[in-house]
Amino acid sequence: MADHVAAQAGESEHGHPRHELSAYARRVYAIRDILLEKGILTGEEIQAQIEYIEARTPANGARLVARAWVDPEFKKRLLADPKAACSEMGIDATSLNEFVVLENTEKVRHLVVCTLCSCYPRPILGRPPDWYKSFNYRARAVNDPRGVMREFGNDVPDAVEIRVHDSTADMRYLVLPVRPKGTESLSEEELQKLVVRDSLIGVVDPLPAVPEQGV
Amino acid sequence: MSGAAGKFRPGDRVRVRTDDRPGHVRTPSYVRGKIGWVERAYGDFLNPESLGHGGDGLPKKTLYLVGFHQGEVWGEYKPWGRDRLFVDIYEHWLDPA
Repeated sequence: MADHVAAQAGESEHGHPRHELSAYARRVYAIRDILLEKGILTGEEIQAQIEYIEARTPANGARLVARAWVDPEFKKRLLADPKAACSEMGIDATSLNEFVVLENTEKVRHLVVCTLCSCYPRPILGRPPDWYKSFNYRARAVNDPRGVMREFGNDVPDAVEIRVHDSTADMRYLVLPVRPKGTESLSEEELQKLVVRDSLIGVVDPLPAVPEQGV
Repeated sequence: MSGAAGKFRPGDRVRVRTDDRPGHVRTPSYVRGKIGWVERAYGDFLNPESLGHGGDGLPKKTLYLVGFHQGEVWGEYKPWGRDRLFVDIYEHWLDPA
């Protein structure tokens, strides 16, 4: 959002930032200008879409996971019909193509990648992290998932199976991580804070429970 | 996502076609020619190879979740035998194996 505000503050006649633009940025602005001039889109529609995208955050995924951890019936519904489960939580997933939740267990870890581009459950989580779109991650997640996860600090034992999902088509994938041990006394809100974005992609597990102080 | 009417069923062994055609193809080259199995039939979807070039995406194509053993895909992979790779592949890219 900060970039967007900064860009607007320095806009010239057609709403272009005054600072130096990359070739890709110039192309995007040129396409936008043509769409506006031809009346295909209005400025208000573009702004509304930017606000829609910016309003999606990984916190939506954390809410789904924490609810699934505390409510086994909700977990069943989340696995069986993820879009309906989102709706139940007040999360608008209507613009999502199709949506599959991958349940991690003590014996299985899932890892999500899009080797062809950067498919990601954006209507729920917002924009993917830059590393998710990098050639390095996209190439290595499929043929060296253990090495990639190790670089994220996640050393998966050989006895645990890794299932990589390459989201090449209409399906979008979200990992349901294993609830960390020692979190039995935490509230749903406290659990949400353990569900970091990267655990929804599967490269890491959720954060561990914070040890109690002074007991 | 229901009413999958495709020709493959979960458990069927399939080989990914080795076609090399231009356009908005969603079958990664690293699985072409590889043998896997149908894990799940997702249903019928508009064909991206048509949609990506201004077409209407019709006729729809059945989309499958196809599983592969990592060793089958890459030859060398450690630890051998356990890890699997799943790719979403449209029916016209699959042959019975």
